[in-house]
Amino acid sequence: MKRIISVIVENEHGVLARIVNMFAARGYNITSLTVAPIPESELSRMTIMSEGDPKIFEQIVKQLYKLIPVYKVIESDDFIEKEMAMVKFPLKEVKDNLADIDAIARCYNGKISNVNDRHIVVSVVDRPDRIDNFLKAMKAKYHQLEIVRSGVSVIER
Amino acid sequence: MKLTGAQIVIESLIKEGVKTVFGYPGGAIMNVYDEIYKQNSFKHILAKHEQGAVHMADGYARATGKVGVAMVTSGPGITNAVTGIATAYTDSVPLVIFSGQVPTGAIGTDAFQEVDAVGVTRPITKHNFLVKNVEDLAFIIKEAFYLAKSGRPGPVHIDLPKDVTIAKTKFIYPEKIELMTYKPTYHGNKRAIKRAVEAIKKARRPVFYIGGGSVISGASEIIREIVKFTKIPSVETLMARGVLRYDCPYLLGMVGMHGSFAANMAMNDADLIISLGARFDDRVTGKIDEFAKNADIVHIDIDPSQIGKVVKTKYPIVGDVKLVLEEMAPLLFDGVDAGRYEEWRNVLNRYQELYPLKYSDTNEVIKPQWVIQKTGELADEDVVITTDVGQHQMWAAQFYPFTYPRQMITSGGLGTMGFGFPAALGAKEGVKEKTVINFSGDGSIMMNIQEVLTGYKYKLPVINIILNNNYLGMVRQWQTMFYDDRLSETDLSDVQPDFVKLAESMGGVGFRVKTKNEFIKAFNEALKSNKVAFIDVQIDRREDVLPMVPPNSPLKNMLIFKEDK
Repeated sequence: MKRIISVIVENEHGVLARIVNMFAARGYNITSLTVAPIPESELSRMTIMSEGDPKIFEQIVKQLYKLIPVYKVIESDDFIEKEMAMVKFPLKEVKDNLADIDAIARCYNGKISNVNDRHIVVSVVDRPDRIDNFLKAMKAKYHQLEIVRSGVSVIER
Repeated sequence: MKLTGAQIVIESLIKEGVKTVFGYPGGAIMNVYDEIYKQNSFKHILAKHEQGAVHMADGYARATGKVGVAMVTSGPGITNAVTGIATAYTDSVPLVIFSGQVPTGAIGTDAFQEVDAVGVTRPITKHNFLVKNVEDLAFIIKEAFYLAKSGRPGPVHIDLPKDVTIAKTKFIYPEKIELMTYKPTYHGNKRAIKRAVEAIKKARRPVFYIGGGSVISGASEIIREIVKFTKIPSVETLMARGVLRYDCPYLLGMVGMHGSFAANMAMNDADLIISLGARFDDRVTGKIDEFAKNADIVHIDIDPSQIGKVVKTKYPIVGDVKLVLEEMAPLLFDGVDAGRYEEWRNVLNRYQELYPLKYSDTNEVIKPQWVIQKTGELADEDVVITTDVGQHQMWAAQFYPFTYPRQMITSGGLGTMGFGFPAALGAKEGVKEKTVINFSGDGSIMMNIQEVLTGYKYKLPVINIILNNNYLGMVRQWQTMFYDDRLSETDLSDVQPDFVKLAESMGGVGFRVKTKNEFIKAFNEALKSNKVAFIDVQIDRREDVLPMVPPNSPLKNMLIFKEDK
């Protein structure tokens, strides 16, 4: 089962290792992980997407709370989820379809964000499942894509 | 005035009221040891091995209830300490461990005696710190002591780079500490307590399941009062031996793999299990799918992660066992009917009569259980008992007449062989007025035997009773039971040290015992000797620890006793 949690932690030495260890020690895979400081505080927000047995997950959440630098663990069914993806196309493959690519990117809150003599780069921002759809559509039509996904960020509604 | 990091360590330890530090010096921690040399406020006990030092600090902490302090150097110093730290972590023992580290500039360069110490101890400490600035040091030490002893206690490790111990800053030791991210819950939720009390009053077959948390929180007195008033049958885990007196009429003995039949049947047949700081360990529950099928669970624990971890809990109460029970007691005493549980008590008493803990004694050969019982008769009521790990540990837990909490010091969770002797030395340092006896085996005692010298040097006369069956007995027992008696690497009869000479060579005293009378004589002489004593007791080689719940079996499927041979 797919789960997303937000962990609010103190910015201190080794905190990321502590959190990640907690998952690793219980055989739980982290699908995606994003970390960034929370402005005007000494805290960071880690958003962790993971998949596995709900009972183990419940235990992980309790164990996370036990870690000294963990301030809060937010679990919710009502997150706004956003992820960014960047896709690099070889220019010579797509030079006749730029309008098409741009139009599809716009459907996913994106656009062509860079063009040079060899590549174009498209970036989109959307829900992770919609990003999946976008990438599926692009991969069906074009080849030799380079894809970078940011991992999911969430906020409670 | 500015102090160096090393001086700050010393001053902070003094502020924390530390009386004894157990440790071993080395390159990276030398500046701190230089300051130890210059001071007279606390004692330093030099162990012979870092593992010994940490077990000593652990035994000291368990016997006194105070925070134990250990100090080691970088690299092999801290890796040698790892087993000691992990032992304390699993049994929730408050320790602060200082380790030296290479200078901050050298970290990550594979410098001499460098190891990623905080990386190594991260999963076996409650928290750990790498001190990067001397300005942070005093606060970190304060925080470390606070974390170690508050909430669910545990070991805290401070890694001290050498340059930090030289750098200077103004010493300000914080009076109070408050952490935004760490606020243990001590007082249970009032409504949850009320609901649990109602459940107890309505139950037909309740049982108090007393765990190590009861010892740590100092709940023994209130538990004794509640048990006496309600007459509710009670069982103790290995970590809780002594919370009730051995002769308490409502104590059914130890629960679990080698618990008494009555205690295990109480858990099996109960309709309400009231867990007091216990954690439903696999050695207690047996096969989990068949554990206490008809029971609701009241679970009192200061660590929320323990509640619901193993069993479904209808009445969770997060809080300190003692404080929660103090709130429960008046509610419970108001209207609880002790007569209501009489039928239940009668059933369990019948189990006690049918299947008591027993062994067939003889004069041909010494039975280990006899040694434990006899020691209980010969020793004062207030002696401290430590154990190593294996058969002797279980026999001690089953047969010793425990009378008070903190009397039994044993590596329960991690099961560390070699724990008992150094822990006994640490305990002796903490409670000088009491006799300290370590029950060990001929396997366990060899791990950390070097500490005889420490006992000699610091005049810590502890008595080691080695229940010697020339086997790694517990493994041998499993091999006999589950591996068709193929004794793979467990027979030690071809290589036994001369324990008498071994003890004597390091300033101790030794006795080799083959008869009951010899044991009694040796024990009395050991007491009088005021030295580290080894009593090498040759016991029945093939004696098993019984009764026993076979691994992954339900509690009710206990193997009781062998028919007489």
